[in-house]
Amino acid sequence: MQFSTFAEFIAMDGHGFYVWLSYGVSFTLLTLLVFFSIAKNKNIIIQIRRRQQREEKLKQAAKQQKDNISQEVTHESTS
Amino acid sequence: MWKWLHPYANPEVSYHFTGKLIPWFSKLAFTLLFIGIIWALLFVPADYQQGNSFRIFYLHVPAAILSMGIYVGMAIAALSSLVWQIKLADTSVAAIAPVGAVFTAIALITGAAWGRPTWGTWWVWDARLTSELILLFLYLGVIALHNAFEDKTLAGKAAGILALVGVVNIPIIKYSVEWWNTLHQGSTVSKLGAPSMSSSMYWPFVVCFIGFICFVTWVICLRFRAEILARNAMRSWVRDLVTQQESK
Repeated sequence: MQFSTFAEFIAMDGHGFYVWLSYGVSFTLLTLLVFFSIAKNKNIIIQIRRRQQREEKLKQAAKQQKDNISQEVTHESTS
Repeated sequence: MWKWLHPYANPEVSYHFTGKLIPWFSKLAFTLLFIGIIWALLFVPADYQQGNSFRIFYLHVPAAILSMGIYVGMAIAALSSLVWQIKLADTSVAAIAPVGAVFTAIALITGAAWGRPTWGTWWVWDARLTSELILLFLYLGVIALHNAFEDKTLAGKAAGILALVGVVNIPIIKYSVEWWNTLHQGSTVSKLGAPSMSSSMYWPFVVCFIGFICFVTWVICLRFRAEILARNAMRSWVRDLVTQQESK
């Protein structure tokens, strides 16, 4: 251990500002990098899921329309 | 000889492989960096000339070496994408560039904060500092080109060519302290086998450096997986995977 008191550790013999600036900036940048990398993964999965749901909805709507038309046709042919 | 490598050109195989790597590298990175940084801040003796500002060394030097190492890795990926048309190589260039940019920024900022008490100035336009700044712009250029095109194949080609041309900057950074008169000191740790510093200062550096390598591997794997998913969104395995994650 190079420092006897906590205040000495923070002051770093007058170099405290530069040392803590370096460590602070590096820590912040690395944390942001990890955070955004994980968030990107999640966002992409959500986006793909949304696109899938939209496709399913469109498919169902198309199917319903088809059914409606065929029903009308059968109605017309029976009446 | 290289046949074992072939399956990994398949995005699905690579996706699951990197998924297995992630927990190991994240744990290793956290452990090593925790030990290394505490060692560097509390137990390493102060430098006889630079005093306690020397503790910045343990961030600055690994970040600077990695900023160049990551670039070389990215350029190799760009080369294999351009020559062999491997799509996953493009994917990895896109995954690697932001990580490299962050490490270059850390090297520059910690360098400025170290330069102020040591040289009396935050910044000088000398060879080492300027070429490292150009490296940052190269990374930003690669990222920008990747985002500039809707068509990812075209984007990959443009970014890949820039990444390859930029390799010329790497030896310039490396040898700038020998070729030109500069404020920046020569290398201390990269002399193979004979680092010009005492072992009480050298070993914590090794721990930090390996910790940072694991960190870089971890984050690149994370970004690589996200890029794979985004580029293969229409594939059935991605669709299955997404619905599986939903039900969890």
